[in-house]
Amino acid sequence: MAEVRPTSLLEVQEAVRLHPRLRPKGAGTKPALSAPREGEVVLDLSGLRGLLQYEPEEFVFTAYAGTPVKEVEEVLRAHGQYLPFHPPLAGRGATLGGTVAAGLSGPMRERFGGLRDFLLGVRFVDGEGRVVRGGGQVVKNAAGFPFHRLMVGSLGAFGVMVELSFKVFPSPRATQTLRLTYGNLAEALAAMERLRVLPLDLLALDLIPPATLEIRLGGFPESLGKRLKRLQEILQKEGEVLAEDEAHWEGVRNLRFLEEAPIWVKVPSTPAWVPKLEDLPLGPRRYLAGGELLYAGMEAKGLASLRQAGIPHLVLKGAGDALFPHPPEAFFRQLKLALDPRSRFPLG
Amino acid sequence: MGFLEELRALFPPGRLLSKGAELAPYESDALTAYRKRPLAVVLPERKEEVVEAVRLCYRHGVPFVARGSGTSLSGGSLPVEGGLVIALNRMNRILRLDPKAKIAVVEPGVVNLEVSRQAAPFGLYYAPDPSSQPISTIGGNVAFNSGGAHCLKYGMTAGHVLALEVVTPTGEVVRLGGESLEGVGPDLHGFFVGTEGLLGVTLEITLRLLPRPEAYHTLLAAYGSLEAAGNAVSQVIRSGLLPGAMEIMDRLAIEAAEAAVKAGYPPAEALLIVELEGPKEEVEEEAKLLAQVIEESGALEVRIAQSEAERQAIWKGRKAAFSAVGRLSPDYIVQDGVVPRSRLGEALKEIGRLSQEYGLRVANVFHAGDGNLHPLVLYDGKKPRELERAEELAGEILRLCVRLGGSLTGEHGIGVEKKAYMPEMFAPEDLLAMERVKEALDPKGLANRGKVLPEGVVDPCLEGAHG
Ligand SMILES: Cc1cc2nc3c(=O)[nH]c(=O)nc-3n(C[C@H](O)[C@H](O)[C@H](O)COP(=O)(O)OP(=O)(O)OC[C@H]3O[C@@H](n4cnc5c(N)ncnc54)[C@H](O)[C@@H]3O)c2cc1C
Ligand SMILES: Cc1cc2nc3c(=O)[nH]c(=O)nc-3n(C[C@H](O)[C@H](O)[C@H](O)COP(=O)(O)OP(=O)(O)OC[C@H]3O[C@@H](n4cnc5c(N)ncnc54)[C@H](O)[C@@H]3O)c2cc1C
Repeated sequence: MAEVRPTSLLEVQEAVRLHPRLRPKGAGTKPALSAPREGEVVLDLSGLRGLLQYEPEEFVFTAYAGTPVKEVEEVLRAHGQYLPFHPPLAGRGATLGGTVAAGLSGPMRERFGGLRDFLLGVRFVDGEGRVVRGGGQVVKNAAGFPFHRLMVGSLGAFGVMVELSFKVFPSPRATQTLRLTYGNLAEALAAMERLRVLPLDLLALDLIPPATLEIRLGGFPESLGKRLKRLQEILQKEGEVLAEDEAHWEGVRNLRFLEEAPIWVKVPSTPAWVPKLEDLPLGPRRYLAGGELLYAGMEAKGLASLRQAGIPHLVLKGAGDALFPHPPEAFFRQLKLALDPRSRFPLG
Repeated sequence: MGFLEELRALFPPGRLLSKGAELAPYESDALTAYRKRPLAVVLPERKEEVVEAVRLCYRHGVPFVARGSGTSLSGGSLPVEGGLVIALNRMNRILRLDPKAKIAVVEPGVVNLEVSRQAAPFGLYYAPDPSSQPISTIGGNVAFNSGGAHCLKYGMTAGHVLALEVVTPTGEVVRLGGESLEGVGPDLHGFFVGTEGLLGVTLEITLRLLPRPEAYHTLLAAYGSLEAAGNAVSQVIRSGLLPGAMEIMDRLAIEAAEAAVKAGYPPAEALLIVELEGPKEEVEEEAKLLAQVIEESGALEVRIAQSEAERQAIWKGRKAAFSAVGRLSPDYIVQDGVVPRSRLGEALKEIGRLSQEYGLRVANVFHAGDGNLHPLVLYDGKKPRELERAEELAGEILRLCVRLGGSLTGEHGIGVEKKAYMPEMFAPEDLLAMERVKEALDPKGLANRGKVLPEGVVDPCLEGAHG
């Protein structure tokens, strides 16, 4: 299999100009999105890694797209900061570029929002080998077309991301997790829907079918106990308290619950859609962020049922056709033409 | 049939304006130094009418500008000479408010504050709060990716838009995004937000709503210098706190606000407002830490709002600051640059120096939490050359922001006002990419023609050929 591994911006430009069909790859982990199709050359970005700029006081860092999320998070942690959208699969080597291109957020997106809320800027190489910058390196900015937001979930369709800038926040000083199991799905769902609209600032609010809720709280150690108690009062249920919960949530964000499944899928959801999704033959799964995001493992028939029901989804692992449905032609096609006129990149 | 006749067939009298006096209110937006006479203004009441109007423009090659409430401070809704203005104020219905799903589906002419008002009975609100929120529209907010005092913590409009229905400049209607907070495939609605009406007209918007914070803790601190207030902001950030808002006003702005609304501010060189928000137990703990940080920052006087009324009083002066400055000077320019937070002190010092050099007063009001400066350049338009000098000074401030690693605009957009400065922030290739996108979606260049993109960007590939 042909593969190029650039180690500089210039080499990325060169590779783009040289090869008619390219498939960018971050950590090189994932068949569904980064495995090359017929005639494609793999552009391995793992050689473009490292932090370019980080000023803790600005809540902003800029890094090469091939930088593993984990590497960035270690540096942030040393300054008491974190990426609040909690990028999934960090523990397995996911890179910043791959996370943005796949458009993935993890359980803690509940508190402050998802990937799209934390990406501030990008430098990418378009389909003609030109370097384009969008956004910037400050937390507030409204100048020019926001190309950085176009990269979120793009699967590399518009260009090869080379540098990315993100907003970060101070990490919660302490965390605790409450796990509650209900009699059936309807009861668990009702409790989740209730919590969603209350001003409780939950770090994570997950529903694990058939009837378990996991709720993570974060903040000052002095206030956590009181907040936990109030939560139990609201729900009129004691539940099980996990005080040392870090390892548990690392497992969740690394999608460990999908390990056994051959196909991994991300499904945008809402609480109202949960019963409908629960009727499909899906395997291990978990609804994150108050029911707004489903990660599910499944076999071929599960995937077929999603398609048949017309439910939008992204396959992360295990199947050929990753994205359903295709982006709306009337807008997507023109953007693709403008940035990748020769259709060098995916989603051609 | 000619363009106007076809428009007449579409819009009843009273909703198609084409006479001089009727057009006058639409000749400019809140940046009144610029005026252009449109050919006509239409006032659609349904999205089909907008779509038909855009298709007509496309067929006849007539440029058009969508307009909300016209509060743009950068000339974004300035008409194109001889073009059509599509004024969307009458499309002001909230189509659906679903508290369980925490979303509101709205028409583009809905006024920002109205969304929060309608959501309030359910304990929800719409977070982006530009100071113009009692009048500006969601359509305008989307076009400009508007902000406000709470952007550090909650982000700008883009983060709160889940889906858009848009008519492209060629007249095609597309739906971008969905009802979930998450999506798959490219974030096309996210990309549309902030493109200032250059890529189409928004017909319908799905917004996310948030639970209203349970408790607030609002603190006002007075300082002996602007620098000391700026340093206090850094100290707050270093302590690990994440306030909902941090705002600074300088002496000139304080005086203006006092004269206008009598907020009861203490006299000082600079005032800092810090607001914490969240669950009450959490805010209580954060407030203890904040008290300690502010004490160490050398504040001369500290006040803490003890009631909602006192909280509102603190905010009243800040929110009135722009218009209040009108009392100090017959005219002023509101500037809107961004600098990295740690360089606020440096930026303010340089603005002070420039103010001296140009002999024009500058009042400073800013969102200190996210480095978004709003220097108000005071001038007297009746004095010869003062407007030009004020514009030059404002331009110098923008260059300064870019030089320090910031941005030309935090929230007011590029419009016509700042397009000449785009090359200071973006390389020719960046601007070309924007132009190529514009051309692909709007081959006849009709949608908000003449805004954002500077004229005469040179293609770097051709530059060599020119010698
Ligand atoms: C041991 C292990 C097992 C895993 N198992 C799997 C698995 O079997 N299947 C699976 O799907 N995931 C798996 N993952 C998950 C994968 O790591 C995550 O999905 C991660 O978010 C993808 O990041 P990545 O850097 O690996 O991106 P990649 O998987 O390399 O790429 C993801 C997408 O991003 C694009 N892309 C990457 N970088 C850029 C860039 N700079 N510019 C433009 N586009 C870019 C790619 O073209 C592709 O569309 C596993 C990870 C590991 C290490
Ligand atoms: C006193 C004052 C205070 C302000 N404070 C703030 C602030 O704190 N934060 C901030 O961000 N801004 C602020 N602004 C600027 C302004 O209010 C915002 O930019 C606002 O979003 C503009 O909304 P509007 O409805 O008035 O839009 P308009 O001025 O009518 O239009 C603005 C832009 O949006 C385009 N547009 C409007 N509707 C549509 C549509 N449906 N589809 C496509 N394009 C459309 C127009 O063509 C134009 O380019 C302030 C303005 C004033 C006068």
